[in-house]
Amino acid sequence: MSEVQISACPACVAAPAAEEAAHARDVRDTRFVLSLPAIYCAACISGVERELTKQPGVRAARVNLTLKRAQVEADEDVSVDTLIGALTRAGYEAYELDAGAISATETDKKGRAILTRIAVSGFAMMNVMLLSIAVWSGASDVTRDMFHWISAAIALPAIAYAAQPFFGSAWTALKAKRLNMDVPISLAILLAGGMSLFETMESGRHAYFDAALSLTFFLLAGRYLDYRTRSVARSAAEELAALEVPRATLADGTVVSITDLAKGALVRVVPGARVPVDGIVVEGASELDRSLLTGESLPVEAGLDTIVSAGEVNLTGPLVVKVTAAGEDSSLHRMADLVAMAETSRNKYTSLADRAAQIYAPAVHILSLAAFIGWMIATGDVRHSLNIAVAVLIITCPCALGLAVPAVTTAASGRLFRAGMLIKSATALERLAEVDTVVFDKTGTLTEGKPELSNLRDIPPQARGVAMALAAGSAHPLSAALYDATRAADVTPANVTNIVEVPGQGVEGALNGETVRLGRATWLGAEALSQTATYLKIGEEAPVAFAFVDHLRDGAAEAVAALKLQGKDVVLLSGDAPAAVADIAKRIGIEAWDAECLPETKALRVGELTRSGRKVLMVGDGLNDTAALAAAHVSISPASALEATRVVSDMVLLGKTLAPLGEATQVAVSATKRIKENFNIATLYNLIAVPIALAGFATPLAAALAMSFSSITVSLNALRLRGKP
Amino acid sequence: MNVLVYLIPISIFLGGLGLAGFFWSIRSRQYDDPDGDANRILTGDYDDHPKP
Repeated sequence: MSEVQISACPACVAAPAAEEAAHARDVRDTRFVLSLPAIYCAACISGVERELTKQPGVRAARVNLTLKRAQVEADEDVSVDTLIGALTRAGYEAYELDAGAISATETDKKGRAILTRIAVSGFAMMNVMLLSIAVWSGASDVTRDMFHWISAAIALPAIAYAAQPFFGSAWTALKAKRLNMDVPISLAILLAGGMSLFETMESGRHAYFDAALSLTFFLLAGRYLDYRTRSVARSAAEELAALEVPRATLADGTVVSITDLAKGALVRVVPGARVPVDGIVVEGASELDRSLLTGESLPVEAGLDTIVSAGEVNLTGPLVVKVTAAGEDSSLHRMADLVAMAETSRNKYTSLADRAAQIYAPAVHILSLAAFIGWMIATGDVRHSLNIAVAVLIITCPCALGLAVPAVTTAASGRLFRAGMLIKSATALERLAEVDTVVFDKTGTLTEGKPELSNLRDIPPQARGVAMALAAGSAHPLSAALYDATRAADVTPANVTNIVEVPGQGVEGALNGETVRLGRATWLGAEALSQTATYLKIGEEAPVAFAFVDHLRDGAAEAVAALKLQGKDVVLLSGDAPAAVADIAKRIGIEAWDAECLPETKALRVGELTRSGRKVLMVGDGLNDTAALAAAHVSISPASALEATRVVSDMVLLGKTLAPLGEATQVAVSATKRIKENFNIATLYNLIAVPIALAGFATPLAAALAMSFSSITVSLNALRLRGKP
Repeated sequence: MNVLVYLIPISIFLGGLGLAGFFWSIRSRQYDDPDGDANRILTGDYDDHPKP
């Protein structure tokens, strides 16, 4: 705008301009969230923060050690890659997280609400307990009445506020004509409060305000443990999803979010990148790694008009893909939807706690009612009978039960989380404990999907040097593996000149005036082997084959050995070629294996095993495993798996190693044992306390003692899990 | 026993003070990063001067 605008109201022009300027500054405040999986100590915090603030344009950085994340406030021109690069150079592993996919605030609010309720009930409990001690130690007449009144004044508002979660849950259960654990809890709390208030007015001897409050306090503590375990799992799962920042590069170089892509748009996929959309290749030639989708470890050729799907990895040349479906419509997403439907079938599993509640809740109500009716018939005193019925309700109230399960699952999942395993489903531990057969997928699960040169010894020395020189000029995974292997064997590269990469075919160069080529069999006119291989042709000589095997995943052999030691059957089902599968099975020590399995075959095999009474644990990573994962009793997938696959799995392995598998099954077994032990302890307490209450000897002191002792015993029993298995 | 008239309100008030303190600590997000806070106290980064 070159002309000077004359305005009757200069402020009208200035104000929006100022607003715009202020707004522009807002937008420039890019906030990055980085995941830092390897940090653990005080030095890491200051190291990361110092390294980040040292970068030009970074205004502030804050590390959260509990979540292992860093939040960065920076100018717009700062790119995430430079930050990640700087951190990696300083020795801290870092990944970008999609800030939109992480919703920390909502869950935090819920956690804080439970904490506040615990604080209120704890405060009220302590005060009322102190007053109660005076009553128990012999305060009488007016003093006792005064103490009861003060207790009532503290306890009733505290209960009305703190016990709301139980009332709410009990009400929804009753509305649906069901009984859950919260029904006897709410009834006990309400009756104890009401009965005590009545006794106080009549200046009676027994008031149960302290019992009602400690019940609320202990049960809220159990709720909080339960909530914490789940929120840790949820935030870690969210983090995995957020790691895949959904972006695509358009043909003109601009980077856009996948949700903004329209059908027909042209997307560039560079070598090494995952194809973000479904589409058709319109330009370029390359090879695609489809192992995540099909389980094949052999790359497929891609050229003009090849149909590609989201989730495949482009290996050699750049491709331009015309989008046919993106985001929600892509084949990946459709698969995830199918899986979500399959999921519901497994939710039929009833947890130990629910099974206990189904017996427990009616039993308590009947017992309490029987006590009331029995004493009514015997004495005809309504007040006394009601008092005894309330005492029975309070003493049998599942205080220990409410703590028993959350305390055990918290201890167990905390331990597995430290070992690198994330438990997503609440009942996964119990189901894992029942497993007797383990089915593994090969590519990406037992192996890393990373090739390893296997026949260097059979290759003539001259060919080794030429191959090394050619491999150095290419970024193809086979070339990289070949280069690494030859360098490790101290091969000297030959003097190959004019090295050019022929996309989708291989690398070409000149050696002493002869053309040398390293690449696909068809390109060189060689006969292709049955396994992954690349071929070298020097001049007119016969081609030399370099064969590759899959690199075993860290801890795979240990995990299989540990599972076999525990007496579980181990099966390998793969979509790959028989030769490759047989090789891996032999190396890792699995006798039962099957190759060339279609996704349906895998699910079918798992279904067959289930029907024959086996409890199957499926470990897999690819899209071809999802159906089998959903069909299995429990499922585990590595963090490198596709999001759709991780969604189906009950557990996710966070690290690169498979070694925690053996420990996980052991921890699951001992966790289930502890839960059952805790139920037994709680039952034992009830067996002693209920006759006393029924006989009318229960005092508020006895109720308080029974409740505290049983809660402390089950918590301590649960904590034993943190140490040895 | 008349001393109770003072002692009970005082004890409840002191307890209430603790409760208020706890509410404040929840509000000011002191439970968001317990591991980090436990470790931060060990660093010597801002011992000589406050964080800029």
